[in-house]
Amino acid sequence: MLAERQQPCSEKTQINQQEVSKIIDLFDSKRSNLIQVLHQLQNVYGFLPIEVLMQVAKKMSVPLSEVTGVVSFYSFFSTQPQGRHTIRVCLGTACYVRGGKKIIEKVQELLQVQLGETTEDQRFTFEIARCIGACGLAPAVMIDNEVYRQVNSNKLKSILAKYE
Amino acid sequence: MINCTVNNKPILVENDTTILEACRKNGIYIPSLCNLDKVCNFGTCRMCVVEVEKAKTLQAACVTAVQEGMIIKTNTMKVQQMRKVLYELLLSDHKQQCLSCSRNLTCELQALGKTLGIKESRFNNHESHRKSEVSVSITRDMDKCILCRRCISVCNEIQGVGILHAQNRGYDTVISAANAFDLAQTDCIYCGQCTIVCPVGALMETDATEIVKQALNNPDIHTIVQVAPAIRVAIGEEFGYPPGTPVTGKLFSALRDLGFDDIFDTNFAADLTIIEEGTEFLSRIKNVLTKGQGQLPMITSCSPGWIKYCEHNFPDHLEHLSTCRSPHMMLGSLVKSYYAKKIDVDPKKMFVVSVMPCTAKKFEITRPEMAIDQHQSVDAVLTTRELASLIKSAGIDFTMLAESHPDNPLGFSSGAADIFGVTGGVMEAALRTAYELITGRELPFEHLRLEQIEGFDPIKEAMITITDPLPAFSYLDHQTLKIAVASGAKNAEILMRQVAEGTSPYHFIEIMGCPGGCINGGGQPRSKDPLTAQKRLEGLFAEDREKGIRKSHENAFVNELYEAFLNHPNSHIAHEYLHTHYIGRGKYNELLDD
Repeated sequence: MLAERQQPCSEKTQINQQEVSKIIDLFDSKRSNLIQVLHQLQNVYGFLPIEVLMQVAKKMSVPLSEVTGVVSFYSFFSTQPQGRHTIRVCLGTACYVRGGKKIIEKVQELLQVQLGETTEDQRFTFEIARCIGACGLAPAVMIDNEVYRQVNSNKLKSILAKYE
Repeated sequence: MINCTVNNKPILVENDTTILEACRKNGIYIPSLCNLDKVCNFGTCRMCVVEVEKAKTLQAACVTAVQEGMIIKTNTMKVQQMRKVLYELLLSDHKQQCLSCSRNLTCELQALGKTLGIKESRFNNHESHRKSEVSVSITRDMDKCILCRRCISVCNEIQGVGILHAQNRGYDTVISAANAFDLAQTDCIYCGQCTIVCPVGALMETDATEIVKQALNNPDIHTIVQVAPAIRVAIGEEFGYPPGTPVTGKLFSALRDLGFDDIFDTNFAADLTIIEEGTEFLSRIKNVLTKGQGQLPMITSCSPGWIKYCEHNFPDHLEHLSTCRSPHMMLGSLVKSYYAKKIDVDPKKMFVVSVMPCTAKKFEITRPEMAIDQHQSVDAVLTTRELASLIKSAGIDFTMLAESHPDNPLGFSSGAADIFGVTGGVMEAALRTAYELITGRELPFEHLRLEQIEGFDPIKEAMITITDPLPAFSYLDHQTLKIAVASGAKNAEILMRQVAEGTSPYHFIEIMGCPGGCINGGGQPRSKDPLTAQKRLEGLFAEDREKGIRKSHENAFVNELYEAFLNHPNSHIAHEYLHTHYIGRGKYNELLDD
């Protein structure tokens, strides 16, 4: 499930140690709950800065390297500040053969952003998805939790315009 | 007990035995690159696959338990084919610089290729480029890493420091510290246990042989070498001797043949450490018993891995550490002060080399707080493995060497110094001296051996009640001294938690950073014999037994040094050259200034 972002985030995100602590307590600081804790923290901050991971490691008595190992394994965790919106172009088999790659090129051109990065104005973070289960609508693009069907280069511009 | 059949032979094994263990115990070789005895297994390399009747696929022998009636085949065509393909896949992402790799001919991957009869490698098209690093102690060449995860096991399960873990995934996977940090940015204690278990050349000690060669070939430089106790019972393995064989005399001859100007022995400084540390302990316990002041337990400070661990994890309790420098640092300080003056050589033109079983010592010599007149007191640390390679490259036939002795005045030692190299040894050596100083009588144990604190149990303890002490120590009458010994950072943590909580029942604790002590240090030869540690331990106790003098305070050269230079134990000048202070670092180095 996608993380519901509760607040916009930027590099200036203030990390409240007590708040982090409270979230870890919700999961009894139990090692087996590490992924849930990280998920919750990403919900709150939009990304997982190293300072937060250090606090998680210390409080949950898990080596920091194991925590960053988990974060770097799952592509839905991010250690970089994310844009206000996340655009995910599907590159599952169906979307790939129906022109997913062209959409990627178009996004790069329109937003001047590379894969995995965030636009300078913090508006979009650009990622790819490996099949979002909408193969009948291929090629599909997902922005935040909204799925757009049969996207082409022309449609893309008007779709992006909806997002501030 | 469980019955099974391996390669048509019936075999009886104990419950909870893996197929790999069962086969090895019965003389059937199964290859493995990731297995580590008695440590958790990830089953990553898959090299140990075997056929198990009724199983759908080949099974990894290291993580599959033998079950009643199991029919196992380890050598079928299917198994052989699979192992070859797996091997070729490993090679496909391995930087094959074999001829110029320092693990050439000692590489487990290379040896396995020979064993499997590999004659081709078909998939040499992908070579990951991962971040490598040369830290002060450990060099990580991650393009050679085969992702077996042995280093992760040893770093997490055995040492409990948890610096290394797998990061990212797929082709991007790299074994590294968190957040792609350099080791220097982490709380790595540089114990080097990862360099022992690495099957390939991905994890190595950071080379010091080149700067040592340069110093040896510079006629303007006066070179001095010293060797730690644990070297003498281990370096022989590099020249074909069985583990634990003491080769002390040949070792000193080899150093002489390499061209060192003075050959000293860290053992001498170990005797000196006992005098300094024993005196410090007696003054601490006196303060506690008579004035109610001061910090007990006192904890030994010879192991730089342990010291760094404490600075990171228990920065608020550093006052429990003895202020004594580790023995080789003491010797380095004395060489560049007392000895330099004695032979009238400018200390700046001296080059002190320590041969250590340890990679953490490479870090220790860079500590600014131990510098003498702003110069390092020890200039280079060679591991046991590095010295062996120097000896080989100099064309010295180690086995043919005659025996010789180290030079005086900093080379003579008692038997107590030899056992510094093994867990429990520093404590035993200290008690041999302290008990006699307090009571005027010998330590009341057979052969001066305190067996409760010997051996490889994780934590060992003993109690000694003082009766009828000399008048100067009357405050110790009927006091029971409680001591504890631990080795390996994971076990140290247990004792330190008690100290941190104020519940430690002990007066004196010995801690060594590596499991089993220096004999098992991160710079020691890599051994396949599971009894190596025990054999090296026995080797050191044999050295001790055969010494004419077995108590540090009877070392006449140590006493002479006090008369000529240091005045008395814990004197002002002794503090300047033989003691140090520690630095609270914090788990993430957050307590350091920069």
